Amino acid sequence: MQYQGTKPLVEMRDISIAFGGIKAVDDVSIDLRPGEVVGLLGHNGAGKSTLIKILSGAYKPDAGEIYVNGEHADIGSPRDAKRYGIETIYQTLALADNIDAAGNIFLGREKLTPYGTLDDAAMESETRKVMARLNPHFRRFKEPVKALSGGQRQSVAIARAIYFNARVLIMDEPTAALGPAETQQVADLVLQLKKEGIGIFLISHDIHDVFGLADRVSVMKNGKLVGSANVTDVTQDEVLGMIILGRCPPGATPGPGAS
Amino acid sequence: MAMNAPIVTTAPPPSVSSGSLLSKLEIDLRMLGMLAALAVIWIGFDILSSGFFLTPRNLWNLSVQTASIAVMSTGMVLIIVTRNIDLSVGAILGVVGMIIGVAQVRWLPAWLGLEHWLTAPLAVLLAVLIGGAIGLFQGWLIAYLAIPSFIVTLGGLLVWRGAAWWVTAGQTIAPMDTRFKALGGGVEGALGATATWIIAALACGLIVVALGLARRRRVRFGFPVRPGWADAVLAAVACAVVLGAAFIANSYPLPAGTARRWAEANGIAWPEGGLFIPHGVALPVMIAVIVGLFMTFIARRRRFGRYVFAIGGNPEAAELSGINTRWALMKVFGLMGVLCGISACISTARLNAATNAAGTLDELYVIASAVIGGTSLAGGVGTIAGAMLGALVMQSLQSGMVLLGVDTPLQNIVVGAVLVLAVWVDGLYRRRIK
Repeated sequence: MQYQGTKPLVEMRDISIAFGGIKAVDDVSIDLRPGEVVGLLGHNGAGKSTLIKILSGAYKPDAGEIYVNGEHADIGSPRDAKRYGIETIYQTLALADNIDAAGNIFLGREKLTPYGTLDDAAMESETRKVMARLNPHFRRFKEPVKALSGGQRQSVAIARAIYFNARVLIMDEPTAALGPAETQQVADLVLQLKKEGIGIFLISHDIHDVFGLADRVSVMKNGKLVGSANVTDVTQDEVLGMIILGRCPPGATPGPGAS
Repeated sequence: MAMNAPIVTTAPPPSVSSGSLLSKLEIDLRMLGMLAALAVIWIGFDILSSGFFLTPRNLWNLSVQTASIAVMSTGMVLIIVTRNIDLSVGAILGVVGMIIGVAQVRWLPAWLGLEHWLTAPLAVLLAVLIGGAIGLFQGWLIAYLAIPSFIVTLGGLLVWRGAAWWVTAGQTIAPMDTRFKALGGGVEGALGATATWIIAALACGLIVVALGLARRRRVRFGFPVRPGWADAVLAAVACAVVLGAAFIANSYPLPAGTARRWAEANGIAWPEGGLFIPHGVALPVMIAVIVGLFMTFIARRRRFGRYVFAIGGNPEAAELSGINTRWALMKVFGLMGVLCGISACISTARLNAATNAAGTLDELYVIASAVIGGTSLAGGVGTIAGAMLGALVMQSLQSGMVLLGVDTPLQNIVVGAVLVLAVWVDGLYRRRIK
């Protein structure tokens, strides 16, 4: 394995969570190394988003532990996750529609003036810088994000995740609502961030999306981990078999959910 | 990215010339519409009352009558912005008014003696503390126990109204401390001509400085700025409004009897034609203006205000951003309680009595003011200034009809119909710009 030597950036060990008796995530372990892209695959309802929401602090697991840089991490809220450098781009984007781009990017982490008031000018200035990198045509800094197009909203959500020097980036279906050109742009961004040493969890139900970008894939089915594999060790068909049938091919490390 | 995607136009499309002028001034079209509606109401009533409506005296009284509702409407904006409602504000006003009434008439005199200078400040402090405590308690039920705000405050309406009755078993408490009474306006509750002009001048200075600083800040960051003339026009209009209001307040003289007493007390000979001693701005109006500025500052310049709007725009996103949404929500209700306490002081002082019926139906006027002022019940949208203007529109309708001798039931019918009409027109406007 190409990342075998490096210490895992993030390790989720034996994570379980249940909602009203249904085990949404059942004893799942995954890990991520610096500069690595791990694709998390599975059907809708396989538990991918739930697992990732535990890492981003939105849910508290019933059992299991999270380690960041080898040290036990206590993540009880989104704020905690951000303190560990874990940033998330949610499938719904999670933008406050009535607030402008700068307001959204700095939401919960506002820049303040020495008098304790919001430093809107400084936040707009930083927003202009980060958006110039992500989306050079972006001009609508003063408008609520409700008025923006899907791609523009997406770049605001991405800007919010990468502005604060994320070490771990979680992307939940980042291209689900995008056209081909925008999808390519997200792919370029993933490769660029990978080069900067950021670890990325890429969640998708589309294996073509993932295969081009990921170093490894982990597949979930019915809340359980079917297995994990380097993308070089398995074929797309084999991964499809993992997703649909839960069958673990010889090139993959089987998990508790393998049949 | 995405420049080929369909772009939603948000600029107001109609009439190119006025649209571009307004966009240069960056003036909210909605606010302008409200001002126009207010102008129509005022001029209409003035014509119908053959010139009685737009007299300094009537406008001065109108401003005093608006103060209590206007103060509470600023808090209601934040509550509705977070997708909640507060039906208990009138009842909180009632119970706080009763408690500070009893405090002034029974408790404090027993301790300090009658008409002690500390009575008024202590009564106000008590009002703010009790109002704030009630608000925080209701906010805790709503935010941490997840009981819908409609239910908590509907229950609160009954509880606090009942409590107001309970304080003195229904007895009315009067009269209030003399210094406290000034908070309600009236002859002793106005600033006088000199202070009014000084405050107006200071306000004009602040407007110019604030616009200048905002402009310099944007220039320093290299952002686009309004053309210089647009800033100048804005400053000129704002200063004209301030000075005009001061002029009107100073055109309303004290009644002859009061003026004569004042002259005698100050050793001034009473001339043949009487003395023209202006009221100046009323104290409750000054309080409302300060509350409005403070709440606007909180809503626009402070982190808390940003969180309130974010929660209203997308509660889940606010939570995922790491905002402590529950604590923010609890604080919003606490703030509303404090404002109810301030309004309780104003209305108790104005009435010069505490009654358990004070503030009855105020919750509806406060909510109506916020909604007429452009606060969206869907959450996330609303301005403090709009709500205060809404309060002024409501009160103008009411006192205009009183002036015309319209029967009380008909007054209620008109106010109710106007509320529905205003929200309908606002909905049309919002759909148009989308």
